[in-house]
Amino acid sequence: MKRSPMIKYILRRLMVLLISLYVASTSLFVLLRMLPGDPANALLTVGATPQQVAAARHTVGSDLPLYEQYFHWLRNLSSFHFGTSLIGNVPVGPEINSRLSVTVPLTLISFFVTITIAVPLGFIAAYKSKTWYGTILNSISQLGIAIPVFWVGVILILIFALRFMIFPAGGFPPTGWSDPGQAVRALVLPVATITLVMSASLTRYVRSATLDVLNSDYLRTSRSLGSSFMEAMWRHGIRNAASPVVSILGMELATTFIGAVVVESVFALPGLGSLLVQAIGQRDYPIIQGILFVSTMAVLVIGFLVDLAQRFIDPRMSKSLAGKNA
Amino acid sequence: MTRKRRHSLPLIVGGTLVGFIALMALISIFWTPYSIQDMTGGRLGPLSSHHWLGTDKLGRDLLSRVMIGARIAIAVGFGSVLIGAILGVILGLVAGFAQRWVDESFSAMFDILIAFPTLLLAMLIVAARGASLTSAIIAIGIGMSAIVARLTRLLVKRVLAKDFITASRASGTSWARIIFIHILPNIWTTLIVTFALQFGFAGLTEASLSYLGLGAPPPNASWGSLLQEAQATVLTSPVAAIAPGVLLVCLVIGMNLVADGLRDVADPTLRRSR
Repeated sequence: MKRSPMIKYILRRLMVLLISLYVASTSLFVLLRMLPGDPANALLTVGATPQQVAAARHTVGSDLPLYEQYFHWLRNLSSFHFGTSLIGNVPVGPEINSRLSVTVPLTLISFFVTITIAVPLGFIAAYKSKTWYGTILNSISQLGIAIPVFWVGVILILIFALRFMIFPAGGFPPTGWSDPGQAVRALVLPVATITLVMSASLTRYVRSATLDVLNSDYLRTSRSLGSSFMEAMWRHGIRNAASPVVSILGMELATTFIGAVVVESVFALPGLGSLLVQAIGQRDYPIIQGILFVSTMAVLVIGFLVDLAQRFIDPRMSKSLAGKNA
Repeated sequence: MTRKRRHSLPLIVGGTLVGFIALMALISIFWTPYSIQDMTGGRLGPLSSHHWLGTDKLGRDLLSRVMIGARIAIAVGFGSVLIGAILGVILGLVAGFAQRWVDESFSAMFDILIAFPTLLLAMLIVAARGASLTSAIIAIGIGMSAIVARLTRLLVKRVLAKDFITASRASGTSWARIIFIHILPNIWTTLIVTFALQFGFAGLTEASLSYLGLGAPPPNASWGSLLQEAQATVLTSPVAAIAPGVLLVCLVIGMNLVADGLRDVADPTLRRSR
């Protein structure tokens, strides 16, 4: 029985996902073991006795041979068991989970607001590229890729939090989402910051994808055969323009999820990123490992989903595994 | 055919912006208005003839600090582009010559690396090596190398398909020689454009790292750490928060324009309405 090419592709792509996950986790292990100090040092004070050192090494697991550490690492990862934080002495898994309840909404809300803003703007910028507002839209979106996201955050704080005091300058209600009003208020400026920067770059991509379609022969042919502009766009344009835009959307989503680190720092949000920065400062390896693994996994899974979506939109892309035209 | 010398507007504007920042960086090596350790300026002083941009919360002259920041930004640009170029071109050449599954594995690797946010890669390397300017440069360079490699692979494949390669091979030229006399001369203009573009983005990524406190350690503050310090006192001295940001934007936009200009000059046929 011949399997359909789509299922074959999904299976192949799934293999690539698993292999990259394995390679990523191994690299993570190697990188973090390359460190000069023993991770157990974080548990010790100056002038610890040899017994204390041995005990600490046993707790951390750094007294085991390297290959055993490696298998421990893989086994723990596959069950999402990241160990215990060295500093706070709390389990890493639940800690990451609670931080995700800030980072994931922040990322997703910003992402969808951005799509809502940038797709129409990009279309207008292309469709009206010869008018003055088309030009202005284009210039602004060019500017957007050069602006550091944290700078936008600082400026927004200056205007909306310090001068006009409409929104809080930072922080998140300690009760979390049990007080949705306060939680949403705390997220308004962070979301605005990400949206402003991301919309600019997305607008650019939508504009250039739309321009390609508008200048295409197939659209002209379709129009000359009597379909209206909207019909031609609907039947031929959207699918063709969507393909490059979807691949950019995937990258933007991954970048936003990781870039949330910076925005969380600007607004002092208790998200995944701020936990990572803090952990790097304190050399709290279990937390660093856990967060880097979860983030890497998120990036790889997003890449996987984007490639599937690509294949769905444009079945011609059968050549390359990554779903892009080489 | 007479070719009229065209003055590329983007190249001029971009060159001026970047040139200004490069000049600031160059001067800072020999002279800054005040020493970076000099804290005699009074805390959060206003703009004055003595302190053009005012002073920070420790009484240090901001203009001097901004100049040092320019030096760091330029150094990061050069360092990471160097790493990205060497690694990327070598990997790209190898992938360009490779066939079938080897080629496909290289492509998949590049794609995965490109989809991997540079900031995450940088934090990984900082976690492993500790925060320093070198860590930042290495991380940004590695992230960049995937972009360079993917482009190089594509360009190499395109050149390899040409008839003059076949002719050259038939006349007994070694592959090593072909790389230097045929392939590299045919692809370097496109690569230079990419390097220019990436130079600007490198500064942006380094600033993010420094803002997070994962970049160059004090007192050598990059624009990112200046912004981070300025955030707490943004209401009393907004200039401290605005100046480094404006310069950073100028650097990135400037390099973008330079890249656009170079592309126009190098190959007018590539120009299209963007």
